[in-house]
Amino acid sequence: MSDHSSALWLVFGGDPAFYAIVLLSLEVSICAVLLAAAVALPFGAVLALVNFPGRSFIVVVTNAFMGLPPVVVGLAVYLLLSRSGPLGPLGILFTPSAMIIAQAILVAPIIAALTRQTVEDLWREYQDELTALGISPARRVRTLLWDARYSLVTTLLAGFGRAAAEVGTVMIVGGNIAGATRTMTTAIALETSKGDLQLAMGLGFVLITLIIVVNALAWSVRRFSEARAG
Amino acid sequence: MRGPDTALPLQFDRVSLSLGGVDVIKDLTLTLAGAAPVVLVGPNGSGKSTLLRLAMGLVQPTHGRVTWGGLAAPGDRLAIVFQRPVMLRRSARANIDYVLGRSDKLSASVLLERVGLAHVANRPARRLSGGEQQRLALARALARNPEILLLDEPSASLDPAATKALEDILREVAASGVKIVMSTHDIGQARRIGAEVVFLVGGRAIEHGPAARFFSSPASREATAFLKGELVL
Repeated sequence: MSDHSSALWLVFGGDPAFYAIVLLSLEVSICAVLLAAAVALPFGAVLALVNFPGRSFIVVVTNAFMGLPPVVVGLAVYLLLSRSGPLGPLGILFTPSAMIIAQAILVAPIIAALTRQTVEDLWREYQDELTALGISPARRVRTLLWDARYSLVTTLLAGFGRAAAEVGTVMIVGGNIAGATRTMTTAIALETSKGDLQLAMGLGFVLITLIIVVNALAWSVRRFSEARAG
Repeated sequence: MRGPDTALPLQFDRVSLSLGGVDVIKDLTLTLAGAAPVVLVGPNGSGKSTLLRLAMGLVQPTHGRVTWGGLAAPGDRLAIVFQRPVMLRRSARANIDYVLGRSDKLSASVLLERVGLAHVANRPARRLSGGEQQRLALARALARNPEILLLDEPSASLDPAATKALEDILREVAASGVKIVMSTHDIGQARRIGAEVVFLVGGRAIEHGPAARFFSSPASREATAFLKGELVL
């Protein structure tokens, strides 16, 4: 670990290309989680509260999609965005936008399924009270999402973990283009195949550290707001 | 919307309710009218909580019907305080604002003042003591400006001081013209609050009448035994 490719050198060596990779990784993962959450949080909550024919089927499919194979999602998004695909005219294949969309698809079922379970459990506790208070169905959804917020932070972190650790989809729809769509995971895969195991290890070390830091931040925010709001 | 209509009298017409094959309420006929506070007494499992849930319209009877002022829907002039009220994860004041509409003349501050919680208005509701939470639940129920206020064993888990604080507020609420219907297994509390008593055993209303008469000369063998502190099966 004494040569220039050690993790320490990576972090403190001031290589702008490396920082760009780290920033892009964070940007893509965080945007993907936010995009997925915007859809999956309300979807999960509605699924928890509303009874309709076929609900069980949708619950099972949502749960099953937590295990969507990343390469398959990557391939599907690739086909959608490729020049001859239906969304080809957007011209976003091999850009961070494509990576965000693909990862959001991967992360959304995780957030939806965990939200559905969390909100359903909370609904059991709240049902009588909210019904007696005459709260409208739309407001029930909002109330339950808000009151489950501390648990839902963990749900979002699960989604972030999936996105940050993932390599298959971003490789396919991003293309691992240096300076444009190279993330930490694709860089690790590349360096490994090139035989630069030390650099790959260094990158891996940095990636894991970053994931821990993001989780620690989320944990602190949760503890702080829980202490204030109860 | 019923608007200014009245939810009284609250009538149970040959109401039965079975839950999971068990008859919790059996052929119960009961009319609650006037302004006098009513207490539901009876042994555990006699159907007091279920009766209140029926009165609130939270469950539908298996047989018979419940009517409010002659109508089949409860309207919005009813409120209930549960034995274990659910506090929303926000401040005490926000728990009341949650129920208040923008056009309501009532204000959270006035309601908090009324239940003696003005000093903890900004504290998280879930951090309040059991007695404070019950009073907050009461304030939240009053925010609905109810004509009928149902309470399910509101002081079951409270110490005497907290119970007294709650009862003092209930007396004021009753004096302001709100019809109180409260279940309790505390005979002392029934004497202190109730002007009318409904005595339930095994899902049936065995006695219904003025509290003074019920406590001095109960008509049924079960009530006599219950008041003596014996187990009523």
